[in-house]
Amino acid sequence: MIFQKYAAPKYFYPLAGKCLPWFAWLSMIALTIGLYLGLFVAPPDYQQGETVRIMFVHVPAAWMSMFVYALMAGAAAIGLVWKIKLTDTFIAASAPIGASFTLLALLTGSLWGKPMWGAWWVWDARLTSELILLFLYLGFMSLQSAIDDPRRAARAGAVLLLIGVINLPVIHYSVEWWNTLHQPASVARVDGPRIHSSILTPLLVMAIAFKLFFVNVVLIRMRSAILDNEADSRWLKEQGA
Amino acid sequence: MNWGEFFNMGGYALYVWGSYLLATVILGLNIWLPLRKYRRQQRKIRHANETTP
Repeated sequence: MIFQKYAAPKYFYPLAGKCLPWFAWLSMIALTIGLYLGLFVAPPDYQQGETVRIMFVHVPAAWMSMFVYALMAGAAAIGLVWKIKLTDTFIAASAPIGASFTLLALLTGSLWGKPMWGAWWVWDARLTSELILLFLYLGFMSLQSAIDDPRRAARAGAVLLLIGVINLPVIHYSVEWWNTLHQPASVARVDGPRIHSSILTPLLVMAIAFKLFFVNVVLIRMRSAILDNEADSRWLKEQGA
Repeated sequence: MNWGEFFNMGGYALYVWGSYLLATVILGLNIWLPLRKYRRQQRKIRHANETTP
């Protein structure tokens, strides 16, 4: 099977190396277009004024915080069932990126909350569940570094990730289930987005840019991890890194 | 376009530019730290290959 072939570090390593420059360029281009549209083309909001521009980093970061977690949990499930080593490499490489997107979502949310709600932080369902997501990431990373045996660390980490999945729907529906200050979803809706295209387009371009950026960083981190783990492998010496 | 107005962001400069600055720092560290480690590893391997053929 082609998937299993490329799940072997020997084949994944050069493949990731070939893909890297593409993702680097594509994420740079998407980021440039997204920033241009978001800062120069998008109009100020009629209620929130220019602060609406915070959305173009806040919302993609928040989406990524959940997206990366979902990917990690999916990889953890695959890893538990089929025992593929590469899923552990992927999960370990993704965790710090996901955590930093979560932190960015929380911090930019704070910078948006202060002028609009009058508070840097409120113990609101959306904010609290997103903070729990940050703790899940940090908990996962400290668990990984606390267990010496890499196989046991991966198993324990996978269990933690899968239990934590319950937090994802809580984050998503928090704005509907509880009374909150945070505004409800206006893009990821069953009846379609409710934002004008002048705001929606830069938002989606930034979201794509963040996704490409994530792939770019995760590939670098995975190649690094493979170099660490397979330092003595013959294939690595033959390929010459 | 008026640049002064642009940077002022309707009086919300601190919040808007603060957000973009944080994004730059966090994304920047995300790419810079792993890339630095990765390049060091590559250099080390290349060096090892040159000294022990």
